[in-house]
Amino acid sequence: MAKIVVDVMLKPEILDPQGNAVAAALPRLGFNFAQSVRQGKRFEIEVEGEPTAEQLAEVEKAAETLLSNPVIENFVVRVEK
Amino acid sequence: MRVGVITFPGTLDDRDAARAVNAGGAQAVSLWHADADLKNVDAVILPGGFSYGDYLRCGAISRFAPVMNLVIEAAGKGMPVLGICNGFQVLCESHLLPGALTRNSDLHFLCRDQEIEIVNNETAWTTSYKKGEKIVIPLKNGEGSFQCDDNTLAMLEGEGRVIARYVGQNPNGSRNLIAGITNERGNVVGLMPHPEHAIDELTGPNSQGLGFFTSILNAMVK
Repeated sequence: MAKIVVDVMLKPEILDPQGNAVAAALPRLGFNFAQSVRQGKRFEIEVEGEPTAEQLAEVEKAAETLLSNPVIENFVVRVEK
Repeated sequence: MRVGVITFPGTLDDRDAARAVNAGGAQAVSLWHADADLKNVDAVILPGGFSYGDYLRCGAISRFAPVMNLVIEAAGKGMPVLGICNGFQVLCESHLLPGALTRNSDLHFLCRDQEIEIVNNETAWTTSYKKGEKIVIPLKNGEGSFQCDDNTLAMLEGEGRVIARYVGQNPNGSRNLIAGITNERGNVVGLMPHPEHAIDELTGPNSQGLGFFTSILNAMVK
């Protein structure tokens, strides 16, 4: 069983109010390391055996169609060992 | 004239939308998301709510409902389509309208009577208003911030495709105070605030939202 991971992030130019809220909460807890925070989504997709090139191409297509909204989000597909 | 109102799982405002259609003088026809059947309607409304629980992204899963394929096809042929709130989000996810609706800039769910200005009264849904007319209708959403890239914004403004703007302070961080937009042809309109909740003083702040539902009659008579 292999795991295909799709990370979806808002494009850099899109306002991320949730990330900003997290960034504002960190110093209140004494964590002062963050210059900024962006919040995204991670999908973990399990497939039987090693993923084939065709499967990865299909995941790319699904990521573009459903998992992300290309108007506001970017995504990265990778295989996790 | 028959105006379809689509119900998705999680839709809230379908009854108010149907009531508004009837009050405007057309006949409301209930449409079900899973039926690939538009029941010979002349126009379609995608009402507000939380279709499919807003899972993944607002409107993202509804966009693939069987009825939506027919709506997208009919919209392409010029059928009037109005998406209110969650319906606006579905229209953006369907790429019938450009841009996207994202989390309100202050993260709060807003529910209040909001003043908007009708800036384009030439769409299928806005001819009952005067250009520049200001109306007050309810705004109630958590993800109502209209976002798009600079080129899209310039195109929308240049082509007069912004149909309504918020008046006063920006309630949710929408670019250029955009409350509603239309497509190139003017038959598809997306609007964040809710005209269907302002059709009479018994159930709403006033009747200033009724114009969206009388406009559609004008569109059909033409």
